[in-house]
Amino acid sequence: MAVRRTMSEGAHYQVIVVGAGHAGCEAALAAARMGCRTLLLTLHLDMCGQMSCNPAIGGLAKGHLVREIDALGGEMARNIDATGIQFRMLNTKKGPAVRSSRAQADRDQYRLRMKLVLESQPGLDLKQGQVVRLLEAGGRVSGIETREGLRFQAPAVVLTTGTFMRGLIHVGLVHYPGGRAGEPPSEGLSEHLRALGFVVGRLKTGTPARLAKSSIDFSRLEAQHGDSVPRPFSADTERIDRPQLPCHITYTNACTHEIIRGGLDRSPLYSGVIEGVGPRYCPSIEDKVVRFPEKDQHQIFLEPEGYASGEIYPNGVSTSLPLDVQRAFLRTLPGLEAVEIMRPGYAIEYDYVDPIQLLPTLETKALRGLYHAGQINGTSGYEEAGAQGLLAGINAALQAQEREPVIIGRDQGYLGVLVDDLVNLGAKEPYRMFTSRAEFRLLLREDNADQRLSALGRQVGLLPEARWQRYCAKLAAVATGGGRLREVRVAPGDRDTLERLGLGLLNNGASLEELLRRPEIGLDDLLFLDEQLAALPVEVRDELETSVKYEGYIRRQQDQVERTRRMETQVIPADFDYATVASLSAEVREKLQKIRPHTLGQASRIPGVTPAAIAILAVLLRR
Amino acid sequence: MTRSAPPACDTIVAPATPPGEGGVGIVRLSGSRAEALLAAAFRGRTAPPAMVSHHLYHGRLCRRDGTPLDEVLAVIMRAPHSYTGEDVVEVHCHGGSQLLRCILDLFLAEGARLANPGEFTQRAFLNGRLDLAQAEAVAALIGARSEQAARIALGQLEGRLSQQIHHFTTELRELLLLLEAHIDFPDDDLGTLDHQAVSTRAAAVHAAITELMLTFDNGRALREGVSVLILGRPNVGKSSLLNALLGEARAIVTEIPGTTRDTVEEELVLDGLPLRLIDTAGVRDTTDPIEQEGVRRAREKARAADLVLLVLDGSQPLTAEDRMAVAMAPPERTVLVRNKSDLPAAEEPHSHPFLSHVAVSVRQGTGLAELQAAIVAHFCGPGAGDTVGGVVLAERRHRDALSGTLTALERFRAAQAAGEPYECLAFELREALAALGQITGETTPDAILEQIFSRFCIGK
Repeated sequence: MAVRRTMSEGAHYQVIVVGAGHAGCEAALAAARMGCRTLLLTLHLDMCGQMSCNPAIGGLAKGHLVREIDALGGEMARNIDATGIQFRMLNTKKGPAVRSSRAQADRDQYRLRMKLVLESQPGLDLKQGQVVRLLEAGGRVSGIETREGLRFQAPAVVLTTGTFMRGLIHVGLVHYPGGRAGEPPSEGLSEHLRALGFVVGRLKTGTPARLAKSSIDFSRLEAQHGDSVPRPFSADTERIDRPQLPCHITYTNACTHEIIRGGLDRSPLYSGVIEGVGPRYCPSIEDKVVRFPEKDQHQIFLEPEGYASGEIYPNGVSTSLPLDVQRAFLRTLPGLEAVEIMRPGYAIEYDYVDPIQLLPTLETKALRGLYHAGQINGTSGYEEAGAQGLLAGINAALQAQEREPVIIGRDQGYLGVLVDDLVNLGAKEPYRMFTSRAEFRLLLREDNADQRLSALGRQVGLLPEARWQRYCAKLAAVATGGGRLREVRVAPGDRDTLERLGLGLLNNGASLEELLRRPEIGLDDLLFLDEQLAALPVEVRDELETSVKYEGYIRRQQDQVERTRRMETQVIPADFDYATVASLSAEVREKLQKIRPHTLGQASRIPGVTPAAIAILAVLLRR
Repeated sequence: MTRSAPPACDTIVAPATPPGEGGVGIVRLSGSRAEALLAAAFRGRTAPPAMVSHHLYHGRLCRRDGTPLDEVLAVIMRAPHSYTGEDVVEVHCHGGSQLLRCILDLFLAEGARLANPGEFTQRAFLNGRLDLAQAEAVAALIGARSEQAARIALGQLEGRLSQQIHHFTTELRELLLLLEAHIDFPDDDLGTLDHQAVSTRAAAVHAAITELMLTFDNGRALREGVSVLILGRPNVGKSSLLNALLGEARAIVTEIPGTTRDTVEEELVLDGLPLRLIDTAGVRDTTDPIEQEGVRRAREKARAADLVLLVLDGSQPLTAEDRMAVAMAPPERTVLVRNKSDLPAAEEPHSHPFLSHVAVSVRQGTGLAELQAAIVAHFCGPGAGDTVGGVVLAERRHRDALSGTLTALERFRAAQAAGEPYECLAFELREALAALGQITGETTPDAILEQIFSRFCIGK
């Protein structure tokens, strides 16, 4: 397909994405792949897809998000598969839906590959520039203006500003403007958003020092290795055969904690210099020491930054203490006695826009055509950002093409849970995904992300045909495997087989499916009984095993989804006038008016909206 | 953690009449399973499938094990020719709150769900049985009844029982947070989960709920009946009135322990209507902080009571303290009692918009019958709200919630014994909490996460 590239400044685009972090890259790629002329503007072109904090992708619930990004046709899964240096499956024994993939990344390779993908994407222009304001026309967004006064027009704009808006970096009591170590902040845009009427707040996050690998004695430390057979994140990746690097584990001790306590008077957190709200699930080491004085040690993971990198990322000691205190406490850790800091740890405060001001499409309610994704919405994490960026990019493209927007349900994916939580609850602290946030958790597994979302990816035009065919082939294989499980039987007299399976007598024989229901028998134990089953790919076999072993739970969870169906499909018109409903309390009216829920189901999840209020709305919506 | 309003497809049940010890009670079912539910319990010459719509049939209502509960008349009104537009079943039984409770339990055990406030009317509307113009009225009704139900449910949940139920919630949340922490933070050095401790604690909650359920079935757990508050200044004759009403009814049941020093509560049954009579400390105009506290409580009580008996001394002009009492009384739920009618009346000062006026002389025992009639009329007469039915419903709702919790806990313990993974155990606990949440409010994922963060040092 021949694509004419528009190179002139001030050009017209269909979608403009501001920021090329994990959200921005997904948004821009999605829009361009859906056929929109797309511009990706960023402050520093060498930093596309930069991992600002730990060099890792995935983890609990985050691994699920990455699989969902892949199922929809996004890039993150392929990018980590191509640049990962250690792959692990977490929680293998705690249930089928809470198994999660996690990978250490080569930080530089991850960024470089992402830039290459962006550059080779037809229909996507990549430019460096700082956006200072949005252009409006006819009550909707019409483009952006850069610091230099250049104007780019587009009917849809996606803002992914990360930690850059009015970013302020703290190291001890020293602080200076910055969006990330070594990079200037974005000034002007958040004031402009405030002037447009958006509620803008302030959050804080932090990161640990980076250490010189050559100054660490690994010989006395416990090593943590990746899985012997790494499982890729993306269905496009056949296998991963890159060499894997180990992480190492060390611990803080009483001496460490003593030094940290001694430095608290120069901590910006404890001296009240920092106003932004930080994440509770990712506390700084000074926070951990203060809040959990009874803990005599904290576990620290030493993570390699890449094959060729001389830097080590110490996971678990995020800090904004002064540099001398950072160095002193790090040197109390076993293996780190002579450690040299290459880059100091720091805290950063930044502006975000409360996501309660968004529709579940990630479009802002105040300005049509404007979408927000990633940390601007108060979230934290590359995966949360990437997933939002993808959805915002899809919806921006759909709007530019004058097509119906996409909303993802809580029963469809963690992406649905994420966005629904953001728009209903807002974000008062940085929001991270956990599996416990998903009430339909048993249905949201990594292995069935494709069944939940690939049809949607194809429908919007993001999932390539070849990929769709592969997905259909997988479905067919699951069906075949299910058939074999029911057809193949073990006869009562088949002593050899029974003995090999460790079973006693079977009066009437049993199908493989019946045998698989027994807790002590796994699908792998049965493969010798059927060649067709044995020949199925491992992800298909996993899925078969899960669907048989947890059939009862899965069905009960599906029943729960079914019970909410009517509410979830009852749409509330966007112009519904809550003010005239006298039978609703003033408090409930105000909440509904503010959030303007898309469905009755969404209304029921707004805190303070009572079941009675929902019943009243149900009646009025039939009027 | 399923956060949803009721689905409109299941079959609901509720008493359609206030319970009285002597009269007739009606239990109404609506929904696709109404007929099947009747069939499961009804024993008569004509079985439900053969019943003609809108005809009454005589028979017995029996428990699963065949023991008869009551002799009843049953009628099926098949869709769409019914009040709600769905299949509706009405069971006409003998009155009496205990019997009504048993019948409700019977249908609940068979899979019916207790109706929400105004839900029959809501269904009637949704099924096109009401004029479209009535939508606003229906909405207002749901709002009003929900408010009333909430007030009653709270009133029932004072004291020890409330503490017990909150304790169950706390315990189950604690168990869930242990599981969730070990699921969501595998790399966070939390140590291993103590399965034995989890199992022991779950067993303890299970045992405590089982015991509480027994007291429910004996009818002892909850405060029976509707609350009637006696309000007035000191020495106006409140305590004498209380004693006179109790004496007349000759039905003192118990003195409830644990009530505050400044209020006394007595139970009595009036014309089959169970009442809680509450005597407050006198309303006194004072600057003494302790007494001010007493007045504040009296005001709270007046707000919460189902009916207020405002006692004034008819033989004297109103004092400042009388006026305070008058101001506290909610007019739409207040009967004005003019005591000392045996003495010459002072000038007629009472032109307040109360429900009714009754003149009594506690000393001579006159006017008490009229007062009793006024009380019963408020709750059972024409225009009476859902108060009495509401009490029974609120009480059943609590029992239903506890019973659901128990079922989920049994599944949890079985799953734990079978070595199911954490995720499945968490699923069962979430169900238990969701059932309990019908009383205490839902447990949000955020509440669990918050507890995890405060308990464990999370964050690599």
